[in-house]
Amino acid sequence: MTTAYSPSSDLVLDEAPRRLGRAQRAGIALLVVIALFALFGPWLVGIDPARQQLERFLEAPSLAHPLGFDQLGRSMLARLAHGARLSLSLAAISVLSAAIPGTLLGLLAAWRGGWLERVLAAFADAVLALPGLLLVLLLTAFTPGGFWPLYVGISLALWVEYFRVVRAASRILLASPHVEAARLLGFGPVHIVRRHLLPELLPRLFTLMRFGFAGAVLAMSALGFVGVGLQPPTPELGVMMIELLPYYGEAPWLIGAPVLLLFLTLLGLLLLAPEREAA
Amino acid sequence: MTTISSRAPAWRGIATALAQRLLQAVLVALLVGTLCFFMTRMLPGDMAYRIAAGRYGYDMVTSAAAEAVRLELGLDRPWLAALGDWWQRLLQLDLGVSQVTAEPVMVEIERQLWPTLRLSVLAMFLSLLVGPLLGVLAGLKPGGLLDRVTLAVSVVLRALPSFLLGLVLVLVFSVKLGILPAAGHDDHGSIVLPALTLALGMAAVSCRVARDAMVQVRGSAYFAFALTKGLSMRQALLRHGLRNVAAPVIAYLGVQLVYLVEGVVLVETIFAWPGIGHALVHAIFGRDVPMIQGTALVLGLMFVLFNALVDTACAFIDPRRGAGHAA
Repeated sequence: MTTAYSPSSDLVLDEAPRRLGRAQRAGIALLVVIALFALFGPWLVGIDPARQQLERFLEAPSLAHPLGFDQLGRSMLARLAHGARLSLSLAAISVLSAAIPGTLLGLLAAWRGGWLERVLAAFADAVLALPGLLLVLLLTAFTPGGFWPLYVGISLALWVEYFRVVRAASRILLASPHVEAARLLGFGPVHIVRRHLLPELLPRLFTLMRFGFAGAVLAMSALGFVGVGLQPPTPELGVMMIELLPYYGEAPWLIGAPVLLLFLTLLGLLLLAPEREAA
Repeated sequence: MTTISSRAPAWRGIATALAQRLLQAVLVALLVGTLCFFMTRMLPGDMAYRIAAGRYGYDMVTSAAAEAVRLELGLDRPWLAALGDWWQRLLQLDLGVSQVTAEPVMVEIERQLWPTLRLSVLAMFLSLLVGPLLGVLAGLKPGGLLDRVTLAVSVVLRALPSFLLGLVLVLVFSVKLGILPAAGHDDHGSIVLPALTLALGMAAVSCRVARDAMVQVRGSAYFAFALTKGLSMRQALLRHGLRNVAAPVIAYLGVQLVYLVEGVVLVETIFAWPGIGHALVHAIFGRDVPMIQGTALVLGLMFVLFNALVDTACAFIDPRRGAGHAA
């Protein structure tokens, strides 16, 4: 989970060498807090999110239980912490498993060219022909309610972006004089990729990661919300929202908690954008 | 004269773009078809028994009924041959029969297509009405009050996923104020909230795109010249400004189509709007593979069609872009 955050903050520094904008700093702070909550929250709360205390259902927040208990008498804070952990870990592993192969294949396609590049590009076009969420929906239809189809669908929809961006940028960079000079001096592909390509690619990869991370969190909760993602009693943000919606009148804080968490996560990712692209 | 010579390459650009879109449509069909084919093969249990149970009810399933289903659907053939058959049927637009309602998928889709088109076109129209207008006004005075307010609102709207935005709108307009229906498809009012949900999400982005384009236009030499030669602000905007603002806004609409099509699925489901997206989610609930295939296919083709329209509009608004496409 931390891996998704530590490289991203490095990349920000890469992009705007000295200074971070105010919005970026706020975004980083927000995300760090949410990540810490996801990482240590379940352990700090220490209550099983599935444990029911039926006599305490819809109990109002108190000092000992800051978010009270849900409609089935389960600790809301425990469920929220587990939900945050679930969403962020899905997002982190799907972003990583999309970014690494996507980038490597993009580099390979730009380097080798020829039929390999054309086959990969055609495959990427086929995946991109459908909006990402439709692809994820189709894959979740294989085994509804599972975590793995969600993960596979999201990664499959995401890697294409890395492939396309890396391939397009690397083709230009590989034809540039400084890479040519490095080649003529006898440097191998590993050196050229590390010293000449990656520094140029990192800011773009970081942007893609931000969007991918937000997209993954969003896809999971959206599918949970409409009932085709993970199923109750899993403490997942979207599932919690739809389960708690009928109790909006009696206990608005219950549904408010997952909504706010999702909103703040997406807001943090949005604020992370460097100023010039913060349109 | 000049318009003709600048339009001519644009046509070639449009043709190339449309040919690419046609290829994309074929890719959509193959991708959806292949996924759905493997879905039928990989569903747990014996498929013939399952389909028979879906058709006749669980109590009526006999091995004879299952055998009949197996023969009818060719479930006993090798999978590669079956995949070939599947593709062939798909390309002939034979989408099969819904396993839940026993009606042809085509009939179901014809019924659902119109509400979806109505919803998405209205949403796009509303977003183009609100977003770029506010964006241009904000861009005329960068850093002004309107600019700051629209920036804040747009950031909040973009951090709010479409299904939550829909929820907020329902709570405000249906539960609190009671002026608009929360769901359904009975009267004219019921389209307002789903369309507004999608439109606000899209306007949040197009507003900022228009604002940045407007700031750029205002700083350009041709705009300064238009003002210097004596045109009023209004005239300069209408003659030189708007077309240059429209180009990036329309081009960005292509990116937003992903949001629109994904949003249609979620928003229709939440508002119980009887369209294709709603049908897709319910087909997944019911594990009705022919319906999943049909609805996903139509949504994918709708995505391609809208993209083709955006390509054409782009080429008309900005002939330079059309020429660039051909190259």
